[in-house]
Amino acid sequence: MIQADLNIILPEILLAIYAMLALLAVVYTGKDKMAPMLTWLTAGVFAILAVWIGISGEGENIAFNGMFHDDAFSRFAKVAMLLAGAAVLVMGADYMQRRNMLRFEYPILVALAMVGMMTMVSAGDLMALYMGLELQSLSLYVVATLRRDGVKSTEAGMKYFLLGALSSGLLLYGSSLVYGFAGTTTFAGIVEAVGHGHAPLGLLFGLTFVISGLAFKVSAVPFHMWTPDVYEGAPTPITAFFATAPKLAAMGLFARVLFDAFGGVVGDWQQIIALLSVLSMFLGAVAAIGQTNIKRLMAYSSIAHMGYALMGLAAGTALGVEAMLVYMAIYVTMNVGTFAFILSMEKDGQPVTDIASLNMYSKQSSGRALALLFLMFSLAGVPPFLGFFGKLYVLRAAYEGGLAWLAIAGVVASVIGAFYYLRIVFYMYFGKEGDALDAPRSLVQQVLLMASAAIMLLGIVNFFGVDAAAQAAAAALMPH
Amino acid sequence: MTIADYAFWLFSICVIVGGFCTVISRNPVHSVLWLILAFLSAAGLFVLLGAEFVAMLLIIVYVGAVAVLFLFVVMMLDVDFAELKAGMAKYLPLSLLIGVILLMQLGIVFGPWEFSDSAQSLRAAVTPEDTHNTAALGLILYDQYFLLFQLSGLILLVAMIGAIVLTLRHRKDIKRQNVLEQMWRDPADAMELKDVKPGQGL
Repeated sequence: MIQADLNIILPEILLAIYAMLALLAVVYTGKDKMAPMLTWLTAGVFAILAVWIGISGEGENIAFNGMFHDDAFSRFAKVAMLLAGAAVLVMGADYMQRRNMLRFEYPILVALAMVGMMTMVSAGDLMALYMGLELQSLSLYVVATLRRDGVKSTEAGMKYFLLGALSSGLLLYGSSLVYGFAGTTTFAGIVEAVGHGHAPLGLLFGLTFVISGLAFKVSAVPFHMWTPDVYEGAPTPITAFFATAPKLAAMGLFARVLFDAFGGVVGDWQQIIALLSVLSMFLGAVAAIGQTNIKRLMAYSSIAHMGYALMGLAAGTALGVEAMLVYMAIYVTMNVGTFAFILSMEKDGQPVTDIASLNMYSKQSSGRALALLFLMFSLAGVPPFLGFFGKLYVLRAAYEGGLAWLAIAGVVASVIGAFYYLRIVFYMYFGKEGDALDAPRSLVQQVLLMASAAIMLLGIVNFFGVDAAAQAAAAALMPH
Repeated sequence: MTIADYAFWLFSICVIVGGFCTVISRNPVHSVLWLILAFLSAAGLFVLLGAEFVAMLLIIVYVGAVAVLFLFVVMMLDVDFAELKAGMAKYLPLSLLIGVILLMQLGIVFGPWEFSDSAQSLRAAVTPEDTHNTAALGLILYDQYFLLFQLSGLILLVAMIGAIVLTLRHRKDIKRQNVLEQMWRDPADAMELKDVKPGQGL
């Protein structure tokens, strides 16, 4: 039995063993001198695992008495997370090395966080969920504080840690109430115990607490307070990492808990998710208007985008989950491209994050300005870019799920939010003359920026088959 | 009332009094001592529930290690507790509200709490009759919860790496002991014998 189980979690085991061996090898040899090599190697391992999981995975496999599910849903999320993680690792390596913060622990902690995230999206038990979540969160707290002598970085890490610990507490308290009701922690058992119709009061409390804990992790309003500070304070490559893979993992986990464990009482959680969604969309859109720091702006943008992804979940249907997955895949791609650009924003070798520094950028480097324009239009949801189709997907899911008001609110918030994305474009093409930014140094960042912008335009033809994969993934999550 | 009932009331009152005094005592060292009382009484409650292993763990880990560590930190660090407590009045209404909400949730147990019909049969770890607690926990932990056990190992590894990353500093300007260098040192190059005549000096 144990052999079959271990076979199912082989990708996670291999990644964990890789992280431990790499740690030993580097500690006993070159230490920080090996860090650039190790970063690329880790990215390579991520990419190989992504390809392997994508090609070899088949059917639905359950391991460890239902604690671990390997199905189309978890594979979709894992492939997307691994690719995003690999892209973020390679694009940040050069930035961190020049600022002397590329330490060999960074890729190792990211690899361990990835093991946690892979466990999260595969969790079939409240305890496995918590273990995965803590493994991911603890690694992220540490990497947020990586520049330990900087006040902002340590503040970001501390805030993230305290609020993250609070959210873990909420999640655990909710889990204990759910366990008290159902008598079991496995999702399969909970869904059986809960049955259909309406959940009793105690279970409802538990469900609400679990949702609050998870909403912290996806930074949905009103649990979003940490996001702007952490995004601003953490070193930019690490912010780029926060904005991509962990968001996807938390969303995947959210969907798994709601559908696998509470699929019978959709009516009870639908309204909570819809409320989180509408608040996130509006706060993200409105609060970003006053921001001049592009990292804070991206934080509010991510809050708004989480609102749209939650809208897909709120629909409570297979189409909704599919829309959420497509939306998240597009969101991650856009963010990789945008952060590749932010990483290359420098003046006299120092990183700048003020959006006013982009004044008349189009004259200086028209190709890169055009790429950023594509990304900003896509983030805002302007047709014909891919971001528009992502939004269309979730809006349709919400409408067909009987939440027409939510869809309308989404359109309104999207129009408000378009303002600050378009302002960046305005600065680049029609802004005042100002000091020019340095020419970009890193080839990797260039390639990722251009590739991501190209995907925004080329992806509208057939979504590169992502929608079909998302459909299969959503079907795997639905009760059979 | 049996002795177990009396013990239950005794331990419960001690936990509540200990917890309350931890929060309100003025002297932080007293707070930690009250906290230890709360831990010990909670361990007593666990014994009453038939969970001896957890009770011992509570005493060994929380009282033996965590609370003593607290005590050291409180006594060694120069933390201005009066200043910390100054903010307390400001947040008192909010914290009272949260406390009342939590209390109400505990109160559900006496009111509308319902168990699922299948809860009894679904229970994951039914206490075995024929074996004692430690053995039963071991059987579950290393068999059914193998995955969780390994994952918690990884979490501890991350905690260790994190502590080292955030605190270890390689200082270059200090002298370190090199044992081999000391042992290979030859008395012939390290020492010089001088014959000092009385009354002359060098």
